[in-house]
Amino acid sequence: MRWGSKTTGQPASPRGVNGSSQPGITLRGVTKRFGGQLAVHDVDLDIAQGEFFTMLGPSGSGKTTLLRLIAGFEVLDAGTIILEGVDVTGLPPYQRGVNTVFQDYALFPHFSVAQNVAYGLRVRRVPASERRERVERVLDMVRMSAFADRRPTQLSGGQRQRVALARAIVNEPSVLLLDEPLGALDLKLRQEMQVELKRIQRQIGITFIYVTHDQEEALTMSDRLAVFRDGTIEQIGHPSEVYEQPASEFVASFVGTSNVVETNLGRAVVRPEKIELSSTSLASGELGGTGHITDVAYLGMVTRYTVAMDEGHTMSAVRQNSSLERQTFTIGDRVTVAWKLHDAFPLTNQSIAAG
Amino acid sequence: MASPANSLTQRTGAVLWRRPWLRGALTLSPPLLWFLIIYLASLAVMLVTAFFSTDALTGNISHQWTWSNFSQIVHQSVYASIVLRTLTMAVVVTITDIIIALPFSFFLAKVVTWRWRQFLLALLLLPLWASYLAKVYAWINILSDKGVLPGIESRLGLPTTHLAYTNVAMWIVFSYLWLPFMIVPVYSAFERVPDSLMEASSDLGAGSWRTFRWVLIPMVLPGIVAGSIFTFSLTLGDFITPLLIGGSSSNFIGNAIYDSALNGGNLPFAAALAFISIIIMGGYLLMARWAGAFEAL
Repeated sequence: MRWGSKTTGQPASPRGVNGSSQPGITLRGVTKRFGGQLAVHDVDLDIAQGEFFTMLGPSGSGKTTLLRLIAGFEVLDAGTIILEGVDVTGLPPYQRGVNTVFQDYALFPHFSVAQNVAYGLRVRRVPASERRERVERVLDMVRMSAFADRRPTQLSGGQRQRVALARAIVNEPSVLLLDEPLGALDLKLRQEMQVELKRIQRQIGITFIYVTHDQEEALTMSDRLAVFRDGTIEQIGHPSEVYEQPASEFVASFVGTSNVVETNLGRAVVRPEKIELSSTSLASGELGGTGHITDVAYLGMVTRYTVAMDEGHTMSAVRQNSSLERQTFTIGDRVTVAWKLHDAFPLTNQSIAAG
Repeated sequence: MASPANSLTQRTGAVLWRRPWLRGALTLSPPLLWFLIIYLASLAVMLVTAFFSTDALTGNISHQWTWSNFSQIVHQSVYASIVLRTLTMAVVVTITDIIIALPFSFFLAKVVTWRWRQFLLALLLLPLWASYLAKVYAWINILSDKGVLPGIESRLGLPTTHLAYTNVAMWIVFSYLWLPFMIVPVYSAFERVPDSLMEASSDLGAGSWRTFRWVLIPMVLPGIVAGSIFTFSLTLGDFITPLLIGGSSSNFIGNAIYDSALNGGNLPFAAALAFISIIIMGGYLLMARWAGAFEAL
């Protein structure tokens, strides 16, 4: 334990083994059906202690169901869940050493902020003085000390988010589960909270399992991420790995925008920022073709061009809006679209095995 | 097509649109007048009458202010015990209905499937369409000595109960009659509790009982209090069930009012008894407001 001094209040948490080689969470063959429909299908997964692990996927891909299985809100149909060496498959939520930050925050409206945060400690009969001290410390950590006596209804969305986080981490769980925790916040607040979450995760050093459908969030925050599709894991890896070397067309299109091109080696993915637009013809060593611009979207830092290629498909290119004046294009302009062979990542049609 | 402000209707509409207060006054004045004249005025007359008395010989009402009606209620043990009986029954029935309604409403709101919920709600509300009297007579048929309950008991070889015309019978019948009025607000209070709150409580280490005690009960309390306003006031004001199924000494305030107004011809005394009812109910509503019941209605 890297913060706090007490291990009270975590009877079910199998602490004591401090070998960093031991995985924080091990899933084997985890399967869940809802009325015959497979929500999670035979998932194997190892998450290291202290890792910031993100489960990314479109809605209905099984990522939230898997999180709820780990929390114990759903009973699995097959498989095992091992939490720091202890099989928790058959245990109810209140006997697992995990805590959850809910998408809708799920703060108790009849309790103050401090009472909400103290709830888990009160349940575990932590003495009042220690309780007060620990509540103060986490409220300080999430910068909510000034709001301890407020009711949740008197707080803004971002503040509720912080309280929900404090209420979970005050219990010093071995794993913290976060279910789209920033989904309800506006962009600026979301970006602030992303930084904040990373800071807190580094500070307390516990395993974070983070569910999101926002690929940008997944890329910025995670140590590793898993891309889900139809109840299975399509690809697991470091953000740059998943982004630069997508295992499938699905991953390529879900994580960032991408262009799928035909090369002499088969289908390949080219990211929009690796594509050059020009009004001259292709240089030697470049691949590409010609087309005309059908859409120009100014996004502040960058401009996104959509090009209808003469062969019929469309491609997307992103260019920095640098002050070094480059040629700009408008709708209807004829352009040459070019990329280098080493920027095209070939697609193997099978997904990389999990783990 | 006429220009916008031409027809009378259109002009009236425009005038009303410019003066929201006039709109409000026109909409509200008929019901308000009705309320003032029919309801509040008669109530005021009744309350004033409570401070008059009747001439023992002529039976005429003497318009002289006096506390005699109230001192009679307080000092004559018959009336004091009638008030106490009514009050106790209202409290006991309310508590009984709370105890039955809590698990039932929870089950209805949080456990069963949508189809079952529709079915059970229909079952629950169906008796409200039946006549009150029919239901009370049905209970007489169940509880009386030759009724259904003693019949079943004797067939099972159990000692038979003699519940009809007792306070226990009244308690059972009242609890049955007003149960839907408790279940409906408690059920809708449970329905408003997001499932994620129960999951959060469980996630934070609380078992089912602790979640019920610490999260659910406080959150449905306004619903419980709202329901208790119905069960309490309906019991408090009833006089038919005591008449039909209560025993010889089961008079309620309502029966005493009935007797003194219609049989005794003592309207001021009846008014004073009604005054007592109103004070009890007023006190109860104040408590309910303090408990936040009106936020739930």
